[in-house]
Amino acid sequence: MNLLETRCLSRSFGGLKAVDNVDFAVPEGQVRALIGPNGAGKSTFVAAVCGRIRAESGSVHFDGKDISRLPAHRRIEMGMAYTFQITSVFANLTAHENVALGVRRIARLGRRDIDQKVMEVLDRVGLAERSDQSAGDLSYGHQRLLEIAMGLGQMPKLFIMDEPTQGLAEGEIEEFKHLIRQLAGDTTILLIEHNMNVVMETAEQITVLNSGCVLAEGTPEEVRANSDVQAAYLGTG
Amino acid sequence: MTGNLKENSLHVGVLVILAALFFVVSDYHDGNLARIMVLAVYAVGYNLLFGYSGLLSLGHALFFAAGMYGLGLSMNLLGFAALPALLVGIVFSAGVSAIVGFLALRTSGVAFMIVTLMFAQAGFLTALHFGEYTRGDEGFVIQQASRMIAGIDLSAHANRYFAAFGFFALSYVAVAILVRSPFGRCLVAIRENEERARMLGYDVWMHKYLAVIASGTISGLSGAAYALLFGYAGATFASVQYSILPLLWVLLGGAGTTIGPLIGTAFAFYLIDLASEITTAHLLVVGLTIVLLTLFAPQGISGELRRRGLKWLP
Ligand SMILES: Nc1ncnc2c1ncn2[C@@H]1O[C@H](COP(=O)(O)OP(=O)(O)O)[C@@H](O)[C@H]1O
Ligand SMILES: [Mg+2]
Repeated sequence: MNLLETRCLSRSFGGLKAVDNVDFAVPEGQVRALIGPNGAGKSTFVAAVCGRIRAESGSVHFDGKDISRLPAHRRIEMGMAYTFQITSVFANLTAHENVALGVRRIARLGRRDIDQKVMEVLDRVGLAERSDQSAGDLSYGHQRLLEIAMGLGQMPKLFIMDEPTQGLAEGEIEEFKHLIRQLAGDTTILLIEHNMNVVMETAEQITVLNSGCVLAEGTPEEVRANSDVQAAYLGTG
Repeated sequence: MTGNLKENSLHVGVLVILAALFFVVSDYHDGNLARIMVLAVYAVGYNLLFGYSGLLSLGHALFFAAGMYGLGLSMNLLGFAALPALLVGIVFSAGVSAIVGFLALRTSGVAFMIVTLMFAQAGFLTALHFGEYTRGDEGFVIQQASRMIAGIDLSAHANRYFAAFGFFALSYVAVAILVRSPFGRCLVAIRENEERARMLGYDVWMHKYLAVIASGTISGLSGAAYALLFGYAGATFASVQYSILPLLWVLLGGAGTTIGPLIGTAFAFYLIDLASEITTAHLLVVGLTIVLLTLFAPQGISGELRRRGLKWLP
């Protein structure tokens, strides 16, 4: 069953068609990478999926329901989590509280259980010993990891990540790949990623977007072999 | 956990000190303190919206006056007893904030400030327009004989002090609990980064709306308590000045801290009191102090304490 589907989803800015009639489907449990050159419309597409921006036309279906008309918070409530391409954490709150905000929303737990869950999640991204630091005082890479932790804390059905490894160190990227493999199977993942190494190692399927349209779709091997993709994207890398 | 213990000790400590002060200081200061505590309820309500939710309203006098007139008019015109009149004041201010919040929250930022200001001006003009009942600026007195609850004369010195204390303790503790609850944490998150809070799945509008209603109702409680304890209601309390004052108190005391509203209200009260003893240009002294505070302690008094080591200060 497809957890997420879009039909003819479109969004333009002025005259520019950032997302142009995109039909897209991710089956439950899959790790899907969304790649494409800068400006291809990847961020706009996922933002329209989770309701952060409004689509002009087309529909979004999640977990068997048409969510096209739901506001963002209702979509998130249904089991989506979203990490921003441009780091967006609560700079003045502690790392712990950043994650706790997500955990509290999904689970009416006691304080102690929430604490435990938050620490578990922070530990998973290697930030456990920084839980009391203000998010704004964390290094850029750590803020990126905190974003991921905020998503994890919500235990989403669909985890949308917009360029999560941007700004991470080598070792952190290794950890990230490990994390995705752990999540795979339980959590459906939609990953926008520039790092081809990460894509090839984690994604089961890849969708290539170019100028707002789906250019190709397939397994990593298929996409790598696709000449259109090479022309539009990989070749230029 | 230890942070929690410290917070609770602080709250209990503040209340114990306030109760004890009655027996320590002179009658003159008792009277001042009663007034400060009632007005601090207003500041506590304002702080919930401004300090914790990040919404700057310039129209809270409307909610304060709604409570004040709700109580005053239902006593004087309808002959209500004090307790039901108090309830009328609270319910009326809750209703007014529900309506104003619903409309004003279509805007944000500067527009929100202006819309709330306009609503409050409309309320002020309404109070003047129905001068036949409200006696406009001049106001009206609520007879001492009717200011009784359960046989206790609330105009008597000690009774008034402890009634004021009760109102303050109630709102202070309620807000302290609220801001520590998941709801309150979400308000802070909205203040810090609204878009992020939304994308964590929170209904930002609804949280803000409930915050406006809670804040407006607490402000109304303050207005009703003021009329009840001091026996007077007048349109001055609906004027723009009374929308600015709670902002001032909260800024002075420390926005987004539980103790800030009390500190700020007391500080401003005594500042004006002292300055007007020394000079007729007391507003100049007040203005200067505010400028100095915003320059050197932009987080307010308790915000400054928090910055200088008391990091746990709630
Ligand atoms: N808020 C916006 N206003 C105007 N143009 C935008 C906006 N967001 C994105 N765009 C444009 O839409 C196109 C797609 O952008 P984006 O979705 O961010 O691409 P990607 O994430 O694939 O790099 C780009 O040409 C970008 O300039
Ligand atoms: Mg992008």
